[in-house]
Amino acid sequence: MPEEVLQAPLVLEYPFTRTTGPVVGRFLTGLREGVVLGVRRSDGTVMCPPLEYDPADALPLGEMVEVGQSGEVVSWSWGGPRREQQPFDQPVAWALVQLDGADTPMLHAVLVDGPEQMSTGMRVQIEWRDEREGHITDICGFVPENGEAGSQAAAVDLDSVEAVQSVRTPIRLNYSYTPGRALSEYLYAMREKRIIGDRCGDTGQVFVPPRGVSPVAGKATTETVDLPDVGYVESFNITRVPIATRPDLHPPYCSAWIVLDGASVGFMGLVVNCEPESVRLGMRVRAVWKPDDELEISATNILGWEPTGEPDEVIADIERIGRAGTQQTQRGAS
Amino acid sequence: MKDVAIVSFAQRQEAQIPDESEVEMMIPLMEKAKGAVGLSQQDMGFTCSGSSDFLAGQAFSFVMTIDGTGPVPPISESHVEQDGAWALYEAWVKLQCEDIDTAFVYSYGKSSPGSLRDVLATQMDPYYVAPLWPDAYAVEGLAARMLLESGKVSEQRLAEIACRSRLNAATNPHAVRNEKKSVEEILAEPYLADPLRPSDIGAIADGGAAMVLATGDRARSLCERPVWIRGIDHRSDAHTLGARDLTSAMSATIAAEKSGVRADRIDLAELAAPFTTSEAVLTEALGLGDSVDVNPSGGALAANTMMAAGLIRFGEIFERIARGDGDRGVAHAASGPCLQQNLVAVLEGE
Repeated sequence: MPEEVLQAPLVLEYPFTRTTGPVVGRFLTGLREGVVLGVRRSDGTVMCPPLEYDPADALPLGEMVEVGQSGEVVSWSWGGPRREQQPFDQPVAWALVQLDGADTPMLHAVLVDGPEQMSTGMRVQIEWRDEREGHITDICGFVPENGEAGSQAAAVDLDSVEAVQSVRTPIRLNYSYTPGRALSEYLYAMREKRIIGDRCGDTGQVFVPPRGVSPVAGKATTETVDLPDVGYVESFNITRVPIATRPDLHPPYCSAWIVLDGASVGFMGLVVNCEPESVRLGMRVRAVWKPDDELEISATNILGWEPTGEPDEVIADIERIGRAGTQQTQRGAS
Repeated sequence: MKDVAIVSFAQRQEAQIPDESEVEMMIPLMEKAKGAVGLSQQDMGFTCSGSSDFLAGQAFSFVMTIDGTGPVPPISESHVEQDGAWALYEAWVKLQCEDIDTAFVYSYGKSSPGSLRDVLATQMDPYYVAPLWPDAYAVEGLAARMLLESGKVSEQRLAEIACRSRLNAATNPHAVRNEKKSVEEILAEPYLADPLRPSDIGAIADGGAAMVLATGDRARSLCERPVWIRGIDHRSDAHTLGARDLTSAMSATIAAEKSGVRADRIDLAELAAPFTTSEAVLTEALGLGDSVDVNPSGGALAANTMMAAGLIRFGEIFERIARGDGDRGVAHAASGPCLQQNLVAVLEGE
């Protein structure tokens, strides 16, 4: 391949909001009010943070009990430099902290300057966030115990305040994404207003966009082929409602499955420069490219597909086009 | 119960495979594993794969990778968001339940496009832990310190495990960390995630594996020495780290009992231990004695290919037994933080 495989930054974000249920919700309500709750297990011990069930015997749990705001480091580690997503201003120690009155430890951060300030068995206390919303990050972290009361709240009746019922837990991950060799070549060709596909060595079928694989044969494709930028509409729909993430699309617009001349599969495109209502199965279309001085290494170089005015393709005669039939004869026998 | 054997295997592991999409990476492996026993996709009674979209940030990665199998006409197929060892387990169950005698299993992971340390935070408890984004090494560090301070394991012992992995990896063309280092040199490494040193942590790799399973006489007709799955079991511990003893792996112990690890002599074992501490815990949990050759390939420390490290352990045992380097082996796969889930199988040559 003449040019380097493409890479681009990719950010994956999921704006999850999760329902909490009564036990986790009660715990988070407590955090908002500055108290820490555990749940009593079947054997009478207290688990903190609480689960709705006992991990030992799966029995449902529900009796919430307040535990202390100080405790002991059961184990710890030092993670090194701060990671981008972490809700801390500094590198932190990680610790399993067993709060006074609890029988299981919780995982959280200890806000110290370095591993030399950590030791197993050391006493730590909660450092509360000033503005709390009912979230595990209402605890900024733990700090070495200093004798000063951490919480100012205490005597709040949790039944008289609004219960936390959901929690925001967004995910954000950074990648350096590569589309691979075949799609890189496809995208480079787009810069020259060329559309390429790849051919299956077994069946002769041509796939576009190319992915380096023939799904029919289960083999790497053997040949790259140039396809014309003309074809026909195999199927279409007309969208009459706007999509928030695509303000550039003005309803009504027509999305179509377009089969290029010489291709064995269709791919998605917009039909433009005509009334959506005039689009029909078999209609011949041609690519509308961006002006030459705006071309990029991108599939967005094709702005849409406009009618050519040629006679329609007769798609009832699907054998002539050589699509479904090829698979049957080549692969159906085995 | 039908006797199920591994009859062929192919793997690839590299520090980074930056130029290939996942399907481009997998096609040669799929062709190699099937070609070695002269089977095509249409000969397979069932196909199962393991992968995770979060590793490479590729949405519906597994759907695209199915193209590499050649699923035309449509095939009987399934997928697990787990190590391929769990895909193998599903295929084994399917072989027991249905009138089929072959199965194709593959799995893959490309961790290099993202940051695995951070990606793995997304597998933690979504209410209490994931929002803090504890990185994966720091989480294992909590278990490691407990292990060290309990006296069950010393830093010396961890360094010996790392040293042996590097030594064994020197002859493994698929290992990505294969430079020899002495115990003293390893102990002199500064901590990466105190108390873990760089050599304690599996070398992250991109790659994948493909495998063909077959039953009874079909297996015997396909290769010279089928390697039979004599027992297989998987168990899961609680996800809450505070609710379990991190210095042991109860799920691994039970899986080992159920799969018959202690029933007879074991010659070799391949453990999907992503840390030296995991290997120390697993050696005890599985009851592997001094006579067992543990991780002759270097193990997951030498190349930790997410979603494939467990299936590759099966392949490493298969290849050794198939060529006569031992008769009975243990293959292990793990998933989740601090060895939460464990799969154990006993493999035996014909």
